[in-house]
Amino acid sequence: MEQFFTQLTNGLAVGGIYALIALGYTMVYGILKLINFAHGDLFTIGAYLGLTLLASLALTDTVGAVAGLLVLAVMVMGLVGVIGILLDRAAYKPLRTSPRLSAVVSALGASIVFSNTIMLVYGPSPRVYPQGLLPTHVLDVFGLSIPVMRLVILTTSLVLMVGLYIFIQKTRTGTAIRAAAIDQDAARLMGINVDRVIMLVFFIGPALGGAAGLMVGLHYGQINFTMGWLYGLKAFTAAILGGIGNIPGAMVGGLLLGVIESMGAAYISNAWKDAIAFFVLILILIVRPTGLLGERVAEKI
Amino acid sequence: MTVAARKIKKPLYAVIAACWLAAPFFLGNYQLDVLNNIAIYALLGLSLNIILGYAGMFHMGHGAFFAVGAYTTAVINTTWGVPVLWLLPLSGVAAGLFALVVAKPIIHLRGDYLLIVTIGMVEIVRIALVNNVFGITGGSNGIFGIDAPSLFGRTISGIVAPGDYFYLVTAFLAFTITVFYLLEHSRFGRALQFLNQDPVAAEGSGIDTARYRLAAFGIGAFWAGMVGNLYASKITFISPESFSFWESVVMFMIVILGGAGSIPGVLLGAFLIIGLPELFQGLQQYRLLLFGIVLVAMMIFRPQGILPPAPRSYGVAEDDGENGGQNSAQDGASGGEVRP
Amino acid sequence: MSLLRIENAIRYFGGLMAVGDVSFTVPEGSVFGLIGPNGAGKTTVFNLITGNYRLDSGKIFFRNEDISRMATHRVVERGIARTFQNIRLFSGMTVLENVLAGRHCRMKAGPVAAMLRLPSQRIEERRAVARAMAELLFVGLAGHAGNLAKNLSYGNQRLLEIARALAADPRLIILDEPAGGMNDYETTALVELISKIRDRGITVMLIEHDMSLVMRACERIVVLEHGKKIAAGNPGEIQSDPAVIEAYLGGDDDEF
Repeated sequence: MEQFFTQLTNGLAVGGIYALIALGYTMVYGILKLINFAHGDLFTIGAYLGLTLLASLALTDTVGAVAGLLVLAVMVMGLVGVIGILLDRAAYKPLRTSPRLSAVVSALGASIVFSNTIMLVYGPSPRVYPQGLLPTHVLDVFGLSIPVMRLVILTTSLVLMVGLYIFIQKTRTGTAIRAAAIDQDAARLMGINVDRVIMLVFFIGPALGGAAGLMVGLHYGQINFTMGWLYGLKAFTAAILGGIGNIPGAMVGGLLLGVIESMGAAYISNAWKDAIAFFVLILILIVRPTGLLGERVAEKI
Repeated sequence: MTVAARKIKKPLYAVIAACWLAAPFFLGNYQLDVLNNIAIYALLGLSLNIILGYAGMFHMGHGAFFAVGAYTTAVINTTWGVPVLWLLPLSGVAAGLFALVVAKPIIHLRGDYLLIVTIGMVEIVRIALVNNVFGITGGSNGIFGIDAPSLFGRTISGIVAPGDYFYLVTAFLAFTITVFYLLEHSRFGRALQFLNQDPVAAEGSGIDTARYRLAAFGIGAFWAGMVGNLYASKITFISPESFSFWESVVMFMIVILGGAGSIPGVLLGAFLIIGLPELFQGLQQYRLLLFGIVLVAMMIFRPQGILPPAPRSYGVAEDDGENGGQNSAQDGASGGEVRP
Repeated sequence: MSLLRIENAIRYFGGLMAVGDVSFTVPEGSVFGLIGPNGAGKTTVFNLITGNYRLDSGKIFFRNEDISRMATHRVVERGIARTFQNIRLFSGMTVLENVLAGRHCRMKAGPVAAMLRLPSQRIEERRAVARAMAELLFVGLAGHAGNLAKNLSYGNQRLLEIARALAADPRLIILDEPAGGMNDYETTALVELISKIRDRGITVMLIEHDMSLVMRACERIVVLEHGKKIAAGNPGEIQSDPAVIEAYLGGDDDEF
């Protein structure tokens, strides 16, 4: 029973990270029907930028750990968001009217460019985050030990997700994003600046991905230039699981996948841990390609 | 294609083929090994071209079929000592059957979904190899001591005598180009291109699109499995590392950059992606970065690849080029409706 | 004798009934018209016959065989070929290859025969090309055989779709708005082509908005409105049917 709860909290923490990354996939897919293969690398960039800023600005020494990390998070999110916009400008915008699969290949190319740029800048070997910034103590809840960091990660993810959800549902800009996702042409006729909406989506998604990268760096301590690939694929699986294009779906899918994976690693086989997500991905695409929360759309002939 | 370009094509191909065949007389072992690698990737590209080029299915897990063929050869050869060249067809059959089983439930998926599922498939295969499934794949250490091929009592070692191996792999490449060319110009090859261009119209013209998609996977995988056999016997040692996801990406790039659906395009793609970096050793570490940039730029400026397929003629009408231009001009003039 | 028999066909899209309890028969050797205002469910009926859509209930018989649940390519094999309302050609391939697509289901050679270039395969290829050329000649596109399909004019693209369908040796050819985008001259030629097709013993079924064409070309007409059959008869009867006049006056009255 204790192992079950340990795995559950662990799964929820990892799942929160998957969910944050998945939001970027799902928002871009919602608007452009494009799988942004480079999204996982934006997550990696977030982790590396966090490391650089942490080391060079030493914010945590001057303003204290909590405030320092908050400022750091905002900076990382802003920078990765801008990189997201630049990515769209360079690799996707020229292909808006091309066949969808051209953009997918371009995304793959962009992913290769990002991961290799990181490697050339930071070197091929893994990098380590400074230790001792974060609370390492373990909470004791009814006899179950839960590391505080897991709760911090899960809470941060949930706050960001709920914030995004309220933004999308309640604000004018959020409504414009939803409208553009349903029908770009109609949205344009209604006076919505669709290009600006796309730009915004390419800011928000990568920003959330960057935040996830920072959290992974802070929590796990070690980062490497290829990690975005696996996190990205798993987050994409989470997006599909929840129903791609569907924002609450990405959140649910992320948390669910995190739990499935950590339970599978614990109760089935740790060696097959990384394969579990892929089995889930293949299964869901075969059985219910619209995901858990997605709707089925008939193709017109 | 202009008339002049068409006239120059045949002599050009002949010159390239002659240079290729003469290479062992001028090049050292290292360069010959590079050529052998180019040939192996050209073969992999051609086999992927059946699925990705002709049938247009975005398959990025071709390394899985390559791996199944290589491991089939390695396991049987090291366990029972069956000569590796005898295992060539068997490796193909193993990979082909594997493809039929895994592709069956996924062939109906839309382009980008198929892409991501095939990525998942190749990763699962790699993880399975690392985890030593069935206890026969040697885990992450792989399998050592695979025999080199031997023909007419002569051992053709890819390591010691790359010049000998060069002619073996070149013969197989020539055979492959010939049969794939015939395949492209047949009922089967056309059916794949029809379902690529418009699956609804293909089905409505009487083509069993599901069956042809599956057949494309079967044939492409069969060939990749045979190439796996050649590869395993060339380096005599295989491990899951040789079949990482990036191998599949490289095959994918060869087809897309060279020209999907075009045999000369794929051959050129293999040469550029495998051979060119060898010429610029100093740039080795920037290799993938450059490929990434080229991939993006190609999609923007030349999505059909460097050498896209030329229209086929059937010996009945030879006046395409100019006539086509005229007709499209007429279209514009009469303000014909544009297809949605 | 009836070639095609539709019995109580029903098809919903979401909650909307696109085709509601439609029954009719198409006699062999006729030119049969299916008309109705926009959104009446005509194309849906075509898609149900050819298996592009599944029936929610009802049955469709072709030469007394139940084809209701049959895959599209099997329906084509049985002898029903079609054209599409929003032209679906293999636009990047040559005109001749497009017609060869229709010939596909009457050919046998598989991949192995092609790779080995067996004599039977070569003979079959040559015959198929000859037959495809004959169909191009029949619709008047022989001079365009080597052009890419996308370079044809709009009217010629419609003719190419007809040639592709004819190459499949159909007993019934279904034309979905064959005159769409054609000028008067081309339309007149099309009426002639339709009767030439009928003279080959092929039954023709068509949807068309050009009423003068329908009245000139068709021997029997069924009228749909809101997914239901409101009238059936020969052109004279249809033109004087009060329900039909009502249906069309309610919509685009100038179409009649």
